[in-house]
Amino acid sequence: MTISQTRNVGLPLMKLVRWKGVPILQQLHLEEQLLRTSSENWCIINDGTNDPTIVMGISGKPAQLLKLDSVLNDRIPVIRRYTGGGTVVVDCGTVFVTFICNKDAVPGLQPYPQPIMSWSSLLYALVFRGFGDFSLRENDYVFGNHKFGGNAQSITKNRWIHHTSFLWDYEARNMAYLKLPARAPEYRVARDHLEFICRMKDYMPRSVFVDRTIKAVETYFSVRPVQLEAMETNLNSKFSHSTKLLTEQELEAAAFESHFEKGLSHSL
Amino acid sequence: MALRMWASSTANALRVSCASKAHVSPAFSLSRCFSSVLDGLKYATSHEWVKHEGSVATIGITDHAQDHLGEVVFVELPEPGGSVSKGNGFGAVESVKATSDVNSPISGEVVEVNSKLSEAPGLINSSPYEDGWMIKVKPSNPSELESLMGPKEYTKFCEEEDAAH
Repeated sequence: MTISQTRNVGLPLMKLVRWKGVPILQQLHLEEQLLRTSSENWCIINDGTNDPTIVMGISGKPAQLLKLDSVLNDRIPVIRRYTGGGTVVVDCGTVFVTFICNKDAVPGLQPYPQPIMSWSSLLYALVFRGFGDFSLRENDYVFGNHKFGGNAQSITKNRWIHHTSFLWDYEARNMAYLKLPARAPEYRVARDHLEFICRMKDYMPRSVFVDRTIKAVETYFSVRPVQLEAMETNLNSKFSHSTKLLTEQELEAAAFESHFEKGLSHSL
Repeated sequence: MALRMWASSTANALRVSCASKAHVSPAFSLSRCFSSVLDGLKYATSHEWVKHEGSVATIGITDHAQDHLGEVVFVELPEPGGSVSKGNGFGAVESVKATSDVNSPISGEVVEVNSKLSEAPGLINSSPYEDGWMIKVKPSNPSELESLMGPKEYTKFCEEEDAAH
């Protein structure tokens, strides 16, 4: 047995899927399906998605979170995902890392939001050691007080998912689609987006991040790379996803309601 | 005795009920009193409670669950008229960054949902056993209640679960 094989003996198995440029809607559909129908542990790394897309959390309301006139004008897709949390704009500069685990996969880890979040920060502390002042701050990954990774989770009876969108790079104009949210972490201190976030590319090479993430996962799991075609999985499935792409009509209705309410409040 | 009286009055101020007498003893277990467990309810291992009164059973999540989830910001509930089945999800709560499934301890027909939760999801945190109730169900198989845990059993279950992690 090799040394690395010896080290992995006794660790639970985790299947690793590595994608590049898979559309975020397909990624989210696969994640939700694996969470609900698989009994295995998974890590999905999607290195960039194809087109700029807005992704809201499960309870996201477009009128409150988005500058809808610009979103509609520029025909930016808007997704409401199955996990909690806030709103992000993702594109080819975003790197996604997802963990889907059985509740007993990590010994001693309680399947609740905060313990899972804390565990993830230990894993990423290994990744970023020596590359920046990394920490978990009010559920965000930061260098100092600048956010570069947003997290969200979904927890079922026996499994959980923790996924992160990492800002490798971003376009300032895309951030302009987002309003300042009503619910924001305290450390944000009302900074607008561009003052609040930072680019990972200023801290470490992209391939180094992916390689170090896989190495960090190997301290908890026996990692087995697998080939998985996102499209094929979705087409074969009868699974009903709760992650949805909002229609133009839904966005227009939200924009109309927002203008109407603004008009009402001005006239009062 | 003094410790128990202080705990009880503080718990009342916080609008939680203390667990049974046997539960509050040394100071280090005081924090567990605030993760309250009520008499008269039945409990599931996934941390939901059921109160069976006549032909209707009321369901919600326990104080232990809301404490571990954090501030609830959104609640997803089924429509009245739908059905729930024992051990399966009927809705979800969103706390900061996370959605968590809520599972039904029993099977039956949903006869009422708590509409206050759409405007005030935090009722689940502040009043998990009263104002934070989630659905009312007409049980299709009342014998399912017998396989659920009573208060003492559930208290022990929570202690063992917390100790194991």
